[in-house]
Amino acid sequence: MSEHAPPEFGESERPGPDAGSEAEAQVESDAETPAVETGAGAVVAALERAGAETLFGVQGGAIMPVYDALYDSDLRHVTMAHEQGAAHAADAFGIVSGTPGVCLATSGPGATNLATGIADADMDSDPMVALTGQVPTEFVGNDAFQETDTTGLTAPITKTNYFAQSPDSVGDTVGEAFALAREGRPGPTLVDLPKDVTQAETTAGPGEPATPETHAPQIDADEEAVADAARTLERAEKPLILAGGGVVKGEASGELRTFAREYGVPVATSMPAVGCFPEDDDLAMEMIGMHGTGYANMAVTHCDVLLAVGTRFDDRLTGGVETFAPEAEVVHADIDPAEISKNVHADVALVGDAATVLDQLDAEVAHEPDCQEWREQCRQWKDEYAMDYRTPDDEPLKPQFVVEAFDEATDDDAIVTTGVGQHQMWAVQYWTFREPRTWVSSHGLGTMGYGLPAAIGAKVAAPDREVVTFEGDGSFLMTIQELAVAVRENLDITVAVLNNEYVGMVRQWQDAFYDGRHSASEYSWCPEFETVAAALAHDGPSVVDFRIDPQANVYPMVPSGGANGEFALSEDQL
Amino acid sequence: MTGGLPGPAPEDRPQPDGRRNPQGERIDARGKADPETRTAVVSALVEHEPGVLAKVSGLFSRRQFNIESLTVGPTTVDGHARITLVVEETDAGIEQVKKQVGKLVPVIAVGELADDAVRAELVLLKVRGDEPDKVHAITRMYEGQTLDAGPRTITVQITGDQQKIDDAVDAFRQFGIVEIARTGQTALARGDTPTTPGESPAASAESTAERPESEANRTESATNRTTTEATRPQPTDND
Ligand SMILES: Cc1ncc(C[n+]2csc(CCOP(=O)(O)OP(=O)(O)O)c2C)c(N)n1
Ligand SMILES: [Mg+2]
Repeated sequence: MSEHAPPEFGESERPGPDAGSEAEAQVESDAETPAVETGAGAVVAALERAGAETLFGVQGGAIMPVYDALYDSDLRHVTMAHEQGAAHAADAFGIVSGTPGVCLATSGPGATNLATGIADADMDSDPMVALTGQVPTEFVGNDAFQETDTTGLTAPITKTNYFAQSPDSVGDTVGEAFALAREGRPGPTLVDLPKDVTQAETTAGPGEPATPETHAPQIDADEEAVADAARTLERAEKPLILAGGGVVKGEASGELRTFAREYGVPVATSMPAVGCFPEDDDLAMEMIGMHGTGYANMAVTHCDVLLAVGTRFDDRLTGGVETFAPEAEVVHADIDPAEISKNVHADVALVGDAATVLDQLDAEVAHEPDCQEWREQCRQWKDEYAMDYRTPDDEPLKPQFVVEAFDEATDDDAIVTTGVGQHQMWAVQYWTFREPRTWVSSHGLGTMGYGLPAAIGAKVAAPDREVVTFEGDGSFLMTIQELAVAVRENLDITVAVLNNEYVGMVRQWQDAFYDGRHSASEYSWCPEFETVAAALAHDGPSVVDFRIDPQANVYPMVPSGGANGEFALSEDQL
Repeated sequence: MTGGLPGPAPEDRPQPDGRRNPQGERIDARGKADPETRTAVVSALVEHEPGVLAKVSGLFSRRQFNIESLTVGPTTVDGHARITLVVEETDAGIEQVKKQVGKLVPVIAVGELADDAVRAELVLLKVRGDEPDKVHAITRMYEGQTLDAGPRTITVQITGDQQKIDDAVDAFRQFGIVEIARTGQTALARGDTPTTPGESPAASAESTAERPESEANRTESATNRTTTEATRPQPTDND
C-alpha cells in the first residue's frame, strides 16, 4: 500500500485499512487475549487490541466505569468541551490518519450531543467509533435519569450500532465495531454500554477484532465488467475521471495519478476527494458541483465517458440529475454495491476497492483514448473560466486573498479544516490542494462549527503538520469553546475567521432567491474574536479575525437542482 | 455584491441535448422517461437480535421505499429469523431495496423471490352472525376455518395467496365485516431453490449454531448478497 500515497506524509508507515488489519491480524493472532477484570476493562482492552490511538470525550455518570478503566491505560484521551466537539475531533482524526477516531460520551445528553458528529461522519463515510454510556440494563425502558434510546436514535446515522448485552461479550463487540468502522466503505459505528455491563466482573478479554463474514467487502471487480469498462474508455473521445472520497479512503491517489497520466484523462473531483489529485496538475479540473470550478462543470456536462470512482453522486455534485453528464456512458467503481445506480445509472458497474479496480483497469486498457482535442478543450475552459477574482484597491479585503495567502505561507502538507458557509467554499476553491488527507471538512451534512474541533482532531493525528482552520463568524461561535481544549493540549493550530458579520451563505441565497430579504442573516453585533481568543487561547492555538468584504459572494454557483453546465458567474446570471 | 468571475454567460455556452430521467438513466440509451413500478417479494435472512426489525423498517421509511407488507418469524436455525417484504418499486428501486437491506449488518442474506415462489397470507375475519349457514358455506368455499362462533359474530380464518384473500374478503362483505386482521405475505422459493442466496434448507435444519452457507457459497453470498438471479450490478443491456 505504500505506493498509494506520497511517502513524505508518512502514508508508508500508515498502512491503508486492509493492509493495516492484515498486519495487525498477523501480529495479534499470536498475541494472548489480554487479561481483564471488568466489562469496562474489556472495552479498553478491545480498543487497544484493535489499534485505537486517541480518544476524545466528555465524562459522565453512565460512562464512568469506562473512564475508570482508561485511567490505567496508555491510550491518549483528550477531554473536549462538548460532545459534538468530541465527535468532530474523532471524525477528523479518522480522516487524517485513516484509523477510526474514537469518541466517548455519557448517556442521555452526552449521546444526543454526539449525534451531530456521528451523522456528519456517516454522511462522509469517515471511520469512527462512538462509545456511549447507558443506564443499567434493568432501568432501560423506564425513562431513567439520563436515559435515551441511543441505538434507536443513531441507527439511521451509523454503519451499524450495538447495545452491549453482557460483560463477557462486550470486548468482542467493541472490537467488531472498530474493525467494521474502517472496513470496506468506512463509517461510524456505536456501542451503547449499560453501566451494569461495564461495571460487572468478567475475565473475558477481547479476541482478535473481526467483522461478520457475511459482510466482507468485494475487493476485485468482476473481470468481465473491467473488460467492458476498458473498451468503453478506449473508444471515448471525451473521457473524464470523477474521483470521489473513496479514492482518499481507499488510499488510491497513487493509482489514480498513474492511471490518469498514463491515458491522458482529465480528472475532476467531488468535494471529499479534494487533494487526491494535485490541483496544479495539467489534467486537474478540480471540483465539480454547486461551487465547483466552471471548467470542471463544463467538462462533466460535455464528457462522453465518465469514470466515477468512489463517489455517491450527491445532489450538490450532480445538480439536477436530468442534466448531469447527460451524454456520458457512466463507468462507476465503488466498494459499496448499493451506491451503484442509486442516483446516477451505471452503464458499467465495478464493485471493488478503488486502488484495486484502478490497477485492474490499468492492466486491461490497451491504449490511450483518442482525446487530444478534448484535452485541448478542457485546457481552454480552464482559461475561459479561470477562478480570477477581482481585487480593486478601493474594495475591502477579499476572503479569496486570505486563503491564498495562508496557502503560500504554509507547507504543502498543511491540513485545512473548515466550518460551513461561504468561507468553506472559498477555502476549497482558493487553496491549491496537492495531497490526500489535507482537506478536512463537513461535506454531506454541512455542519457549522465543524472547523475548530476538526482542527483539534487533525492536529492530534498529525502533530508535525501545520493545521489551518477557516471559520465563519457564525460557524465559529457554534464550537468556539473548544479553544480551551486546544490550549490544554497545547495544540498549535491557526483559526482564520473570515468575518463578514453575516450568516453569509444564507445572505447570498436571500439576495439571489428571496428578493434580498435578509431574514435572520444579519448579525447586529459580532463578538470581538481577538478578545475572545485572548481569554480562551493562550499557548497553542491562535485566532486571526479577518474583516472581509461583507458583500463577497461565492461563484461559480449552480442553483440547487440546476444544470451544472449553466453555473452562474455573478448574481445577474442567477 | 462582489465576487463575480470572468467567462461566457450560461446562454453563451454550448449545452448538450441529452437528458437523464429521475432515476439517472440516459433517456435515449436505456431509461424510459417514466419507468413503471412492479411488486416484488424480497426475503431477508437476519440475525434474530434486538433492534433488527427496527433497523429494517427504519430503513424503509427513511429511504422512502414503498412497502406493502412485512412479516417476520423464526427459522429452523436458532438465532436466525426470516423477514419477508412485499415492495412496490421500479426495477431500479427494487435493486436499491435489496442492496440497502443487504448492507444492514444483522442481515445475513437477501433475495428476491421468483414469480413461481410459494406465497401465502392469513386473514382473520370477524363478520356478523345473522346468517351462520351462509357464512359457513363461504368459509368452506375458501377452505377456511371457523375459529369462533357466537350469537352476534363469527370469526373465520382464510389462508392463501393475496388474490384468494382479496376475493374472500369481498365475498364476506355481504354479511357485514366487523373486524379484519391480515398478516401480509410470507413466501419461500419453490423446490430446491434457496429462498435467500447461499441458504441451504437441508443443512440449516441440522446445524443450529452455524450460518447456513457452506464455505463455497459464503463468498458468493458476501459479494452477491442480493438476489437469487445474477446479482452483481449488471452492465446495461443496450441492444
Ligand atoms: C448547524 C448548522 N446550522 C445551520 C446551517 C445553515 N447554514 C449554512 S451556511 C450558514 C451561514 C454560516 O455563516 P458563517 O459561519 O458566518 O459563514 P459565512 O457563510 O458567512 O462564511 C448557515 C446558517 C448549517 N449548515 N449548519
Ligand atoms: Mg459569516
